[in-house]
Amino acid sequence: MSQAVIAVALVWVAAAGTAVVLTRDPLRQAFTAGFFGLALAFFYLSVQAGDVALSQIVVGAIALPLIVLLSLAKVGKDQK
Amino acid sequence: MSRRARLVFFAVAVTGLAVTLGIGLAGLPSFGGQLSAYARMLNELAPQQRHVTDVVSAISFDYRGIDTLFEEFILLSAVASISVLLRPLSDETRRLPEDKAPDRTIPPPSPAVWLLAVFLSSLLLLTGLETVTHGQLTPGGGFQGGVVLASGLYVVYLGTNYATVERFQPDALLESSDGLGAFGYVVIGLLGLLAGTSFLSNVVSLGITGDAVSSGTIQLLNVVVGVEVFGGFAILASEFLDQTAVVRTRQR
Repeated sequence: MSQAVIAVALVWVAAAGTAVVLTRDPLRQAFTAGFFGLALAFFYLSVQAGDVALSQIVVGAIALPLIVLLSLAKVGKDQK
Repeated sequence: MSRRARLVFFAVAVTGLAVTLGIGLAGLPSFGGQLSAYARMLNELAPQQRHVTDVVSAISFDYRGIDTLFEEFILLSAVASISVLLRPLSDETRRLPEDKAPDRTIPPPSPAVWLLAVFLSSLLLLTGLETVTHGQLTPGGGFQGGVVLASGLYVVYLGTNYATVERFQPDALLESSDGLGAFGYVVIGLLGLLAGTSFLSNVVSLGITGDAVSSGTIQLLNVVVGVEVFGGFAILASEFLDQTAVVRTRQR
């Protein structure tokens, strides 16, 4: 059973990671990167690394998208 | 560099990477294999020696506490350099341009969004405090809880506007909490020297395993790290928000 969960997590990580690379628009990439972070957190949880999963969630879901989105907003405002 | 030369360079690099990575991966223990001797030893010893139920906390804040000390200072210097980098430059101003239509105000967010923000920010505050203070019992600790606490501020921004957030985050207090948190780690480390043992040794009363207050310095270190990370991430967000919402190029 746990093997199946780990397999699902690994496939999800691979798919999400590929999606991040294939997304060309930085704004959309911020969202796919967020999903990739979620996939990684799920993977860490599936191998019972709760502490790492929590760190991954706070960094991947809060810190990274925030900084990327705000930087994009700043760059976009200056170009106008 | 011509296209051909680049392809040759790529082929050499990718072959080298594949070979070294392959050799390295072949030497790894099999997936889901037995725990290493070190891991088994810590799993057995940490609950008895340090009165924790989350062994990871005992490793990062006690057995390898010095590594975490350096990580705290990496975070502190990263936040400090971002603050310096994102300061308003000489050709930028924080003054808003003249309002051409003062009678038209920005519509406030809908009551549903506002209600969600109030609910979510109090929930985040509670979760953050819980994560910070229960670091020795459950997964999580100062770092994770600190970021959750700081994200409570972002939710206030989502539900209201930037002026309200600025009231909630006194810059001086955030900056000092970032520095004080990092300093607190050193002070707790020095307690060990004062007690006559080594730096960062666990000299505070350990309490009973599983109690809300237990594990001695591990919990104290979690709290100071929580203060530091909360301050650091709140500064980070406010610097970026400042750049987006307030700072603009001076008009000539």
